[in-house]
Amino acid sequence: MMMELLLGAGLLAFLGLIFGAGLYVASKKFAVDIDPRIEKIEEALPGANCGACGFPGCSGLAAAIVHGGADVTTCPAGGSAAYKKIAEIMGVGVVERPAEKAVVHCAGREVDTRFNYTGPADCGSAALIQDGPKACRFGCLGFGDCAAACPFGAIGMMGAFPRVDEAKCTGCGRCVESCPRGLIAVRPASKSVRVLCKSRDRGKAVSSVCKAGCIACKRCEKVCKFGAMRVVDNLAAIDYAKCTQCGECVKECPTGSIIDARAPRGTDVEPVKAASAGEVPA
Amino acid sequence: LTRKTFKGGVHPPDNKASSRGAAIEDAPVPDLVVVTMGQHLGAPAKPVVAVGDGVKRGQVIGEAAGFISSNVHSPVSGRVVRVEPAPHPLGKPVTAVAIENDRADAAVDGYGLPVRWEGMSAGEICAKILAMGVVGMGGATFPTHVKLAPPKDRPPIDTVVINGAECEPYLTSDFRLMVENPGGIVEGLRIILKATGAPRALVGIEANKPEAIEALARAASGLSGVSVEEVPVRYPQGGEKQLIKTLLGREVPSGGLPLDVGVVVQNVGTACAIADAVAWGRPLTDRIVTVAGAVERPANYRTRIGVPAGALLERSNLKPSARKIIFGGPMMGLAQYTSEVAVTKSTSGILALDEVDSSPARGCIRCGKCVEGCPSGLVPSMLSVLGEAGRFIQMGEWDAADCIECGVCAYVCPAKRPIVHYIKRGKEALRQARAKGAAK
Repeated sequence: MMMELLLGAGLLAFLGLIFGAGLYVASKKFAVDIDPRIEKIEEALPGANCGACGFPGCSGLAAAIVHGGADVTTCPAGGSAAYKKIAEIMGVGVVERPAEKAVVHCAGREVDTRFNYTGPADCGSAALIQDGPKACRFGCLGFGDCAAACPFGAIGMMGAFPRVDEAKCTGCGRCVESCPRGLIAVRPASKSVRVLCKSRDRGKAVSSVCKAGCIACKRCEKVCKFGAMRVVDNLAAIDYAKCTQCGECVKECPTGSIIDARAPRGTDVEPVKAASAGEVPA
Repeated sequence: LTRKTFKGGVHPPDNKASSRGAAIEDAPVPDLVVVTMGQHLGAPAKPVVAVGDGVKRGQVIGEAAGFISSNVHSPVSGRVVRVEPAPHPLGKPVTAVAIENDRADAAVDGYGLPVRWEGMSAGEICAKILAMGVVGMGGATFPTHVKLAPPKDRPPIDTVVINGAECEPYLTSDFRLMVENPGGIVEGLRIILKATGAPRALVGIEANKPEAIEALARAASGLSGVSVEEVPVRYPQGGEKQLIKTLLGREVPSGGLPLDVGVVVQNVGTACAIADAVAWGRPLTDRIVTVAGAVERPANYRTRIGVPAGALLERSNLKPSARKIIFGGPMMGLAQYTSEVAVTKSTSGILALDEVDSSPARGCIRCGKCVEGCPSGLVPSMLSVLGEAGRFIQMGEWDAADCIECGVCAYVCPAKRPIVHYIKRGKEALRQARAKGAAK
């Protein structure tokens, strides 16, 4: 009895020793050198694997930063805190990259529908049917493809209209691709004067379907002292290189399609964060 | 003895009884026609007239813009009053030329005069077809001159197939054309044979149209190498790949075209339009349109392009109970939101429906009915689930591009899933991804 137990235990201990020795040799002989910085950088990255950088996930980017010479500010979602950490790990000086936020260029909350759409409830599918059920063929379809695409939960749907929570938005740009109307752009957060319309229809056509759209009246063009406003293709466009954010165009715009994001606007929209400085447009 | 046919398909109620007896009648031409430049697959034509210009019937008002494109001609004589975007059956507004009809119907020189085409070369025939704006009239409106001039690296065309299947429910426009003008179709077929150099032709007509089979067999009796074939009634028999399988037993490869198996398929309406264009100098400016469904008087109209749908529906006395207007048939047609949208070269029918099933779609129960029914041998259930989840790249791996959008899967689905819609969405996403990849 005793003998069998001892034999079993001894045999197992012996086998364990052999396998242990084998594993030890293998771990030394076949060891892959992993740069410890990759793991550290991966920790510093947001970890959403959003793919906005163009590399396969955060670990892919981390490896590219260490071995492939990718810039430490490649991650659009990272923000300055992450860039600083990564630069520290890599031992290089960091170049500041201004924070960027997603902006939905449509304010048409109250646009009529042209027909009763009963297909799949996503913007991409709705846009395929007769150019979408909304009376405005440029405006937001309101099914929330952008909200579904956001890896950071920064876009919420309020009354079938997307709302970007700038505190959560990292500017990764996933929503930009998701919008079949091309309404979303990622803009430097500091540029707060924006044209919230993408309609290239003539003014009369716009005002017949939407009260908040750009009617190409060119009043912004005339009032701008810096030549930053241009109406191209029936749509006001801001040249941010020239814009000083003086807010004159915001005051002048008769439909309110030019806004200053620093100021609270509308009745049904609560600003995401309490508005900082800045005048309230009349 | 039943003939072997394609795999899959369905037998929806054909609902053709109400209009199959209605002889083709000329629809009145309204005072204003709106002719869209998007009359064909590919790039819309470039308008070559300006507001205020006088135009004659058959005058070129839009020129082909690119290789896959075609000319557009004025259906009336009169004056151009607008050149601007107008509603289009496919949805996106497209530039259209609005012409005020002066009711003189003054035509361009040579219009309707017989031409001796027998001496023309294949290249001359194709050039004529392009100049006359002939496109596929079965629905897809692929420019005919491109189809008849295959690239040199393809196998030679050994068979021309004339498609008279007309498998869509309700539609009887091709049927009436076959019964009333088989001579025109046969003349068009002779021109196609000349242009392609093919030694033989098969005319495929579904077995529920015996009058058409008889009429065409009689008209083609003197021609060697041409035979009129009865094909089984089964939707979508009129899909060109399905008809090739039925008539010749050949399988068009995945991602391929009929050209890859040495076949060119032309609809009966296209054949007739080719005869008109090449042998009679008449550009394509009219077509037969079935108006059926929730109307008091179902009819087959010969109507000019650019006539608003509302005018035809009014003439057929649209019932107040109508709730949906469809361009095309109930299986593949597109619902319209305005009756302002005008007839194009592809409008085989205008259908009013009073019953609209709007029960909500549910989850896929994996019953496999769509898999049995798919004539392209796809797995629509998988494609719909992937589409719902937005996994478009995987849809490409499941061969979404081979879907012919016939609608069988959505028709048989007990969960009422909009499967074709999901697949169209996936195809669109794949197209965009490809365009983006090509741009990089």
